[in-house]
Amino acid sequence: MLKFVATSLRMTIVTIVLLGLLYPLAMTGFAQILFAYQANGSFVIHNGEPVGSAIIGQRWTKPQYFYGRPSAAGTNGYDPTATGGTNLGPSSKKLIAATRAAIAALKRENPDATLPIPMDLVTSSASGIDPDISPQAAYYQAPRVAKARGMSLARVDALIARHVDGRTFGFLGEPRVNVLRLNLALDDLRP
Amino acid sequence: MTITGWLQALVFFAIVLALTKPLGLYFARVFEGERTWLSPVVEPLERLIYRICGIDPAHEMPWYAYALAVLAFSLVGFVYLYVLLRTQRWLPLNPQHIGNMEPSLAWNTAISFLTNTNWQFYSGETAMSYLSQMAGLAWHNFVSAAAGVAIAVAVVRGIARTSSATLGNFWVDLTRALLYIFVPISIVAGLALCAQGVPQNFNAYTTVRTVEGGLQTITGGPMASQEAIKELGTNGGGFVNANSASPNENPTPFSNLLELLLIFIVAAGLVYMYGVMVRNRRAGWAMFAAMSLLFFGGFTVAYWAEAAGNPLIHHLGALGGNLEGKEVRFGIAASALFATVTTDTSCGAVNAMHDSFTALGGLVPLVNMQLGEIVFGGAGSGLYGMIMFVVLTVFIAGLMVGRTPEFMGKKIERREVQFAILAVLVTPVLVLIPTAIAAVTPAGLATLNNAGPHGFSEILYAFSSTNANNGSAFAGLGPNLFYNVATGITMLFGRFAVIVPALALAGSLAGKRAIPEGPGTFTTDSGIFVALLMGTIVIVGALTFLPADALGPIVEHLLVAQGSTF
Repeated sequence: MLKFVATSLRMTIVTIVLLGLLYPLAMTGFAQILFAYQANGSFVIHNGEPVGSAIIGQRWTKPQYFYGRPSAAGTNGYDPTATGGTNLGPSSKKLIAATRAAIAALKRENPDATLPIPMDLVTSSASGIDPDISPQAAYYQAPRVAKARGMSLARVDALIARHVDGRTFGFLGEPRVNVLRLNLALDDLRP
Repeated sequence: MTITGWLQALVFFAIVLALTKPLGLYFARVFEGERTWLSPVVEPLERLIYRICGIDPAHEMPWYAYALAVLAFSLVGFVYLYVLLRTQRWLPLNPQHIGNMEPSLAWNTAISFLTNTNWQFYSGETAMSYLSQMAGLAWHNFVSAAAGVAIAVAVVRGIARTSSATLGNFWVDLTRALLYIFVPISIVAGLALCAQGVPQNFNAYTTVRTVEGGLQTITGGPMASQEAIKELGTNGGGFVNANSASPNENPTPFSNLLELLLIFIVAAGLVYMYGVMVRNRRAGWAMFAAMSLLFFGGFTVAYWAEAAGNPLIHHLGALGGNLEGKEVRFGIAASALFATVTTDTSCGAVNAMHDSFTALGGLVPLVNMQLGEIVFGGAGSGLYGMIMFVVLTVFIAGLMVGRTPEFMGKKIERREVQFAILAVLVTPVLVLIPTAIAAVTPAGLATLNNAGPHGFSEILYAFSSTNANNGSAFAGLGPNLFYNVATGITMLFGRFAVIVPALALAGSLAGKRAIPEGPGTFTTDSGIFVALLMGTIVIVGALTFLPADALGPIVEHLLVAQGSTF
């Protein structure tokens, strides 16, 4: 047994150097050369300042911006240092109450909406930092955003259509709209 | 359910199927010590490792020496990770100045990673330094998976060999699994994941001013390198709390497909390798067929249940499938697929919160783990777990026709059946007894996130997952001293109380003489065998767990249909 422990110790040290240190360091080197933008967090620069990450959702509360999904990450939501979902089960009173409140708030904020309630806007994401909403969720909010910005609904709808990412290769995942990119595009529109 | 939803599962499975044979042939060459196309690069490194560690690659071990080597290596790995987690505050590569982990949580985490479980009672983004992540957790991801593969190879050698006293050399199998399989695939997959958007840096977290003027702290770290081996080694421990649901770990539908493939391919290749090494490829395919049918069965139920959605939410006026705890980019089909794949194997990575699945959708991962994760299964552990069921099936078939059971030309006798039963019985003992204790003690009920039957499901899921070394969770369940200790024990025994009997069984088979196949021999490569094998798995699982599952997800499903909430 002692011989096995001695070999284990040596094997542990050798593999820690190889797999625990050299492997991630070499990978970081390759990644920084080949994919520097992604490797450093896909930061979005707007007017010279970083305003967030393209792959990470952020909190939106002003009516002239499209809102993201309800978030359980951190106290105010969208905290990347506290990712996670509500973990409420299908029979949870808390889940039903939260969803009812989210539906009521959505209707209150979007009095001119005509489309059916988009499920993703009234349920919390898994990560709490979901960067996307469904195209239906974007079109649902379009009348509010158009009104707040004094734009025509058609112009907002056209902008959404340009920002819909379809299924990868036509079948992977679901169609989606990156909320940060859509909102930045809104801000960039000439009035 | 939609056609594109099904297409995702079918294309995924078709790619797995296409990779099974080439990988299986390659694995067989690797573990029979033959040259491969990677040898010119890898061989010098391999020899260097043997020289430093004082290993004679020609030396072979009997089963008990093989088992002792596994245990000794695991023990050293445990002590190392425990000390690392308890001292990370004073060590380098800790830009967030993360503190040391408290003892019971460090104990639980160290066991969790050494057993290939990766059950996580901590949040990676606030509890782990970069050094702990890469040199502690990711290192364990590599070696625990390679150890699992080594053990599976030893068990297959036990079946293939005749009149042999040995099963191979653990150190050699471990080294070759690492250098020829896990490292090369991880390098390619890690870079591909990074190209999709998974970060790979050593930067401190960056606080930005968002478009609306709020502050947001964006996390970083060497994630892509860890993500690759996390899936490939069926480990599943996330760099961040939300695991593969986090866009940092799994940013696109394509990265999602890649992660799904990484989870399945080693196990699928090992099944083919089994057929090659026992010189009966049809037997490998028969096992593959049983696994595939169980996979599609699980996916169908999970996808159907999640697509049907939650009637209590429908009553509120929002129609459609269940999106609570799911990400928009994956949607329902890819989330149901991931949940099935991650629990068919012992991976336990999640791209959606299983706790928020519908009752029947959540039942699928639960049952997958309770069956022992033999639907392709963990890296290595799936194959040796399935072989235990194969031996049991052969024995039952022998009883039915009144003949001495034979398996691959060897008599299955009392000793072999005892070892197989021992390995199969570990699961109910380690799941049901702790669940019962937790359900009636204040400490066991203190950290539940849900009430009613779903609360019970959280407990049952925790012990099913830790015993099966899966690591996925109904993550509402929080840590306390009781759960840290109890799940630590179930993880430990869930791994080693299967490994030791599996190696003992292999040692016993290796020593037997081959008997020629006769007209009465029941072969393990026929359609009848596939049906019997699946029957054995499902009946053992159902008889053991149906009462417990009925108290959790099944009763919850019925109550939700009636409109009850808790």
